[in-house]
Amino acid sequence: MGHKRRAWGAALAAMALLATSACGGDDGGDGGGSDVEVFTWWASGSEKAGLDALVAVFDEQNPDLKFINGSVAGGAGKDAKNVLASRLQQEDPPDTFQAHAGAELTDYINNGQIQDLTSMYDEEGWNDVFPETLIERLKQDGKIYSVPSNIHRANVVWANNAVLTDAGLDPKAKYASLDEWFAALDKVKAKGKVALSIATDWTQVHLLETVLLADLGEEAYNGLWDGSTDWSGDEVKAALEDYSKLLSYTNEDRQSLDWPDATQMVIDGEAGFNVMGDWAVAAFDENQKTLDTDYVAFPVPGTEGVFDFLADSFTLPVGAPNEDGTKAWLQTVASPEGQEAFNAAKGSIPANTEADTSAFGPYQQTAIEDYASDQIVSSLAHGAAVPISWLTDVTSAVAKFSANGDVDELQGDLADAAEKAAG
Amino acid sequence: MRRSWRTWAPGLILLLPSMVLIGIFVYGLIVANVQTSLTDQHTRVGPGNWAGLENYRTLFGDEDFRYGLRNLLYYTLAFLAGTLLIGFVWAWLLERGLWGEGFFRAVYLFPMAVSFIASGVVWRWLLNSAEGDRATGLNRGFDSLHLGFLSNEWWSNERWGILAIAVPAVWQLAGYVMALFLAGFRGIPEELREAARMDGASEWKLYRHVIFPQLSPVALSAIIIVGHMSLKVFDLIVAIAGDTNYTTKVPAIDLWTEYSRGDYAISSAIGTVLLVIVAVLIVPYLVYTFRQERRR
Amino acid sequence: MTTETLPDVPKTHTPVRRHKSGSIISLILRYALLVFFLFVVLIPAYVLFITSFKGPGDATPSRAWLFPQEWTTDGWKSAWDTLSPALWRTFAMVIPASIISAVIGSLNGFVLSRWRFPGADIVFTLILFGMFIPYQAVLVPLVSLMGDLQIDKGVPSLIVLHVVYGIPITTLIFRNYYSSVPQDLVEAARVDGAGMLRTYGWIFLPLSAPAFVVVLIWQFTSAWNDYLFALFFSSSRNGPVTISLKFLASGQLQDYSASMAGALIASVPTLIVYVVLGRWFVGGLMAGSVKG
Repeated sequence: MGHKRRAWGAALAAMALLATSACGGDDGGDGGGSDVEVFTWWASGSEKAGLDALVAVFDEQNPDLKFINGSVAGGAGKDAKNVLASRLQQEDPPDTFQAHAGAELTDYINNGQIQDLTSMYDEEGWNDVFPETLIERLKQDGKIYSVPSNIHRANVVWANNAVLTDAGLDPKAKYASLDEWFAALDKVKAKGKVALSIATDWTQVHLLETVLLADLGEEAYNGLWDGSTDWSGDEVKAALEDYSKLLSYTNEDRQSLDWPDATQMVIDGEAGFNVMGDWAVAAFDENQKTLDTDYVAFPVPGTEGVFDFLADSFTLPVGAPNEDGTKAWLQTVASPEGQEAFNAAKGSIPANTEADTSAFGPYQQTAIEDYASDQIVSSLAHGAAVPISWLTDVTSAVAKFSANGDVDELQGDLADAAEKAAG
Repeated sequence: MRRSWRTWAPGLILLLPSMVLIGIFVYGLIVANVQTSLTDQHTRVGPGNWAGLENYRTLFGDEDFRYGLRNLLYYTLAFLAGTLLIGFVWAWLLERGLWGEGFFRAVYLFPMAVSFIASGVVWRWLLNSAEGDRATGLNRGFDSLHLGFLSNEWWSNERWGILAIAVPAVWQLAGYVMALFLAGFRGIPEELREAARMDGASEWKLYRHVIFPQLSPVALSAIIIVGHMSLKVFDLIVAIAGDTNYTTKVPAIDLWTEYSRGDYAISSAIGTVLLVIVAVLIVPYLVYTFRQERRR
Repeated sequence: MTTETLPDVPKTHTPVRRHKSGSIISLILRYALLVFFLFVVLIPAYVLFITSFKGPGDATPSRAWLFPQEWTTDGWKSAWDTLSPALWRTFAMVIPASIISAVIGSLNGFVLSRWRFPGADIVFTLILFGMFIPYQAVLVPLVSLMGDLQIDKGVPSLIVLHVVYGIPITTLIFRNYYSSVPQDLVEAARVDGAGMLRTYGWIFLPLSAPAFVVVLIWQFTSAWNDYLFALFFSSSRNGPVTISLKFLASGQLQDYSASMAGALIASVPTLIVYVVLGRWFVGGLMAGSVKG
């Protein structure tokens, strides 16, 4: 009897655990030698289309390997990054994961979670096929840790031709500075339209970065990230004043929208202008709008000749279950075929200069030209310029500004964020 | 209790697994959490070094965190006032029984069955802050009812935005409080009412002096339940305003932000602050309950 | 009011008592107010319903409150595509979690009410406290603990968490319920030489159906509606429906008809439980009244 009772107790204790392990197993992880788990946050829209196209090339190049889709949707990559962080911490890495090229990789590198790919670059001759400007930004202490799949441009204004014409503006007009642009925004506003559409916090950070770039110029903008430009200085203050002014042209419901809603306002003729990265071109395509006749796209005034860049890239995690598989994936990502297929579907431009881009759309053609000729700077809002932690503080500061509109406080918060990041 | 241990020991053994689990998952983890909050482990990989109360100083020195605490206070007050008031009125309207009572009660209660995430979907739409031509949701509704002056920016307002989040919270929980009060009303013996009527008390006096005082324990219960739910608010804010919005910041949102960026020390400290706030509300109540039990 | 008002779990649905009081005017007033509140409460349900059937043609703000010009089920289709895998996972998570919780709660409740040991009150109060803690206060170390225990993220982790953190409430409900079983029965069984498990199995278990229903409903709805644990211990790939719904609703392509249809789909199981078992559901609410 006594044994029985004890057995009851033990059984009870074990019950929860037993019952749960019985229903486990649907969580991937049972990777055989041929599985390659690719972790991304590309789960919908043009991003998913791009991934699918890339996988098609991968399957063709590696018939023996099996692509396992490890995409985690939601939160513009934030949820994925949390899932990833805990998997890395528990030493259960995927075979490869997506990360924005640049400072976003810093944390992974410092924690010793991803492998140095410099020798692979040498073997594969990638140093010659990727533009030098890009390679430079991938390097950390002289080493390269990821393979870029695509390049996006952040500093692009999208405008609806009909709305502009209606407001008495020439859609083909160029604005040399923000001040000239303000005059145009005033005209659109006078027509009762939203002059500049914008969405939630991260799109505001996105706008802010382009304003900083416009007002400070390329060099001082770069200096913001290495400490050589003073966040508390008058130049930054003037830029923040301009940002504040730009925000006054925007829709009041910005906090409840995400970027497609804001871009859609331009497409639908509810708003005159929108500042968004060039992934927005996919939205215009979807709505059968033609560049130059229905809409125009041009660099944010004051940033002509500068390409505010961000890139997605793939890594080789320490302890990847199938390292050869990962390398095969990275080779596909880097290959001209992979880059063509992926970028044609996603709306970005190939990082590999050998990719054949003749079939790409008209906007992408201009972006390719600009990338080759422009000065390149790193995007703040998209993890190229600063590590995630710093970006978190910048986003909080910008979100707060959206609520209270206090420029001095914004500048103080941004300066604090920079100081905190510097340690 | 004075029986031999042979009698009661099996009970203890049966309870032991649960005690161990609660011991680890509740008390053990609280200790671990407090420990982390006293270190400088601002990364995901530990352990950090002893940092004393540094993280708490950082938190309380941070104007934005204090703003979150202030928001939490406003939200809790609004949530409590709203649910108690509306729940009580509903119960009062229903307590004497009328035709269709079951139907009304069911409708008032149904939001309780829905998750905050699901109700957040519709309230995000209802509480859209656009006004004028672009207005949708409640603002549009007010406009078409010629109540345009009621239009407002809802949760985007810096000072009062958090109160907009209390609206859906009240919508979800008022029915629950109604059910509590209704049970309270029904628990009052009929003789008590009859006796008062015999004494010639008016209907109002009957309520004022006989019925309402009987309900105060129910009200206390409701305050504890709604109050401690309110202090944990997270899902609803994330569903309606998102996790980076400033005007609806509360400590639980800060915790998520800090956790996301990998600052374990600060997120543990925020968790501890929340625990202390809840404990201030709950521990006296539990001690009181415990004493009541003893007296039985 | 604390635990002692609670044992009457199945009885809370007291029959309506009609009082003689109340003039016609006050009755009309009461109905008017009740109907007014009815409309207010139903506004969100109305919006959910009509918006879920709207197509792109009805997107203009001026038609926000009107019926769709053209009823379409596109939103429902895309919501179903996104949510259906998560729905099955949620069932796979919620059903075992509620059953295990109920069994544990029943045994615990029995011990703490009718087979007590010295210090049982203190143990009970300590367990009860677990019900009120903000889970945020344990989340950070909990993530490491679950990692160390090597429990897979997603369904397995969530079952463990809902069972463990469900112990206080389920124990409470059963304890209060069993308190209404006369101690004499226990003594009588003891005289007959029945041990603890036999007393439980012969006397208490057969009486337990109502309390089981209450606990199962309670655990079912709270695990179904949980978001916090799901956020930390699963992802849209292996998580429950709240995670997928959140993704659908705040996805980059904000599609109100799909997200509202999704909100309805995600709420159907708990609403069914509520409609079909509403009587006990209310009982469960009462029983949870020293909880939340």
